[in-house]
Amino acid sequence: MTAAGNPAISTAARPPMRTGRRLPLAWLGVVPFFAYCGLFLLLPTLIITGGSFATKDGAFTLSNFTDINQPYLVKAFLYSTIIAAVSAVVGALAGALLAYAVVTSNPRGILRRSVTSASGVLAQFGGVTLAFAFLATVGQVGFISEILLQRGIDSLSRSTWLYELPGLILVYMYFQVPLMVIVFLPALDGVRPQWREATESLGGSTWHYWRYVAGPLLAPSFLGCTLLLFANAFSAYATAAALVSQGSIIVPLAISNLLTSETGRAQPGLAQALALSMIIIVTVVTVLYSLLQRRTSRWLR
Amino acid sequence: MSNLPPRSLGVGSGGLLLGHEAATSRGAGSPRPGSLMRTRRIKLQIFRGVVFLIMGLFFLVPIGAMFEFSTRGDTMTSPRTLEAWTAIIKVPELTDAISVSLQLAAITSIAMLVLLLPTMVWVRLRIPQLNRILEFICLLPLTVPAIALVVGMVPLYRWIGVNLSDSILTLSFAYLILVLPYTYRTLDAGLAAIDLKTLTEAARSLGAGWGTVMLRVVVPNMSSAILNACLLAVALVLGEFTMANLLNFENLQVAILYIGLVSASTSIAVAVASLVFAFVLLMILSYVGRPKDRVARAEEIPGSLVPSMTGVSVLAELVDQPK
Repeated sequence: MTAAGNPAISTAARPPMRTGRRLPLAWLGVVPFFAYCGLFLLLPTLIITGGSFATKDGAFTLSNFTDINQPYLVKAFLYSTIIAAVSAVVGALAGALLAYAVVTSNPRGILRRSVTSASGVLAQFGGVTLAFAFLATVGQVGFISEILLQRGIDSLSRSTWLYELPGLILVYMYFQVPLMVIVFLPALDGVRPQWREATESLGGSTWHYWRYVAGPLLAPSFLGCTLLLFANAFSAYATAAALVSQGSIIVPLAISNLLTSETGRAQPGLAQALALSMIIIVTVVTVLYSLLQRRTSRWLR
Repeated sequence: MSNLPPRSLGVGSGGLLLGHEAATSRGAGSPRPGSLMRTRRIKLQIFRGVVFLIMGLFFLVPIGAMFEFSTRGDTMTSPRTLEAWTAIIKVPELTDAISVSLQLAAITSIAMLVLLLPTMVWVRLRIPQLNRILEFICLLPLTVPAIALVVGMVPLYRWIGVNLSDSILTLSFAYLILVLPYTYRTLDAGLAAIDLKTLTEAARSLGAGWGTVMLRVVVPNMSSAILNACLLAVALVLGEFTMANLLNFENLQVAILYIGLVSASTSIAVAVASLVFAFVLLMILSYVGRPKDRVARAEEIPGSLVPSMTGVSVLAELVDQPK
């Protein structure tokens, strides 16, 4: 049955049979790595999963999940979603425009080189440093706020918008746009100039080219990258932590407040339930992203 | 091929335009397409100019503002001063944090190489059926946000603190997991670029042991990928905040935040310094990442000048660590 079918199918792909005999010994070589991942990746995940279904004494319960239905936690989820969605959509649009401006420049030129390198750096640039950068710019004594103040406009120096929803979205754009440039550039590179020429030789205008040729080809990639940006913003913590000193306006802040507060210690399962919800959301979005990415690779490159 | 929608181009306004275009070009003769190209090129240049200007402002002003802020005097009228910058080395809390973060970066990079690279080589040579599982596990941290993972790490670290050590250097355990997806991608690309099987078989047949094979054959042949992986790990560890903060350790980023509560300008100066440091690291990375063994890839994506970053990035940037 399979023994007869196997060699015919996989002689080229599989190594010769004698590896089979060595298998038990060969597997020893990967034990350290898998043991390590088991201990520091799978065990924490199991702790989260187990803990979110348990009371403080270890009995099974669903109350940790029903307890998420508190006004401040529901609001945190809502805000997290809004921030992630808005910064993902706006970031994706701005990033796509920038990527297009880069793609149309000389592929070996200094401009492209510096924009891609800078994007690589800035997409990783987050956390405390980023929060401080914006405090120094549009914070209450920031660079731009001071300039405006000297001209008699005190709207920036008196307002606290930077520590709230719009502020977080603006700050998140700082790493969302470069990330979009990095992940969307390969798709734009895959668009061949011949397609444009073909459109033109058939009499299509620029609008027709984007509407019927490049648009549909790039749409799955664009959508996928937007999802990626969503997941990226949804799980960001450090920037918000450095910017917002009080309250739990987004889920990561709610988790960290629970981890460090008395209420959190009284019910450790709640933080774990929040963490599990985040993991599930990010996993679903990631899977969707990779499906879309696979679809893109069918046409591009 | 079937993807190009000829039907949609033929019908509606597309068809109309076809006639219009044909009529004008017949009337105006050959100069028409040329001028069309020129208007389009001008339009494109304007578009690019506007995009680069706006983006340039958005990305450069905050960094400039940090420089401005860190050189402010005590009052609005006092002259510019570098006091905040010189204060960096005078605050012991800060120098401690810098040294600790650098140690963490070094330990994490070395541990990553020792644990990951031999495993990858071994799996490729001996247990290729495990390759998919290895990749899956290495990319898994991407779907677990650091802020979520740390919730599961808290009990683990409580145990480590009691039974092993409460040193901040134990953070390397967690950081090794965080850098896994990024470094895996880089090393994977490096391994794909060399003929691992032939190289190791040649070395083995000449009597080399596995240690010699790793250190004197595999490592020298993929030195740029290894360097890339290390630089990525260093950049990630230096920017890490989430784990350290919630496991109650004070690394560089946590120290910057706390010092900021006392002296904003000093911690902004450090923030600029650490940013510039990360920038330099990743710039090196983007240049080192394209030696001769990557020629094939560079051709695949013309002008892709940060192969290591884009290679790593596609999935890897997904869930950021530093943010």
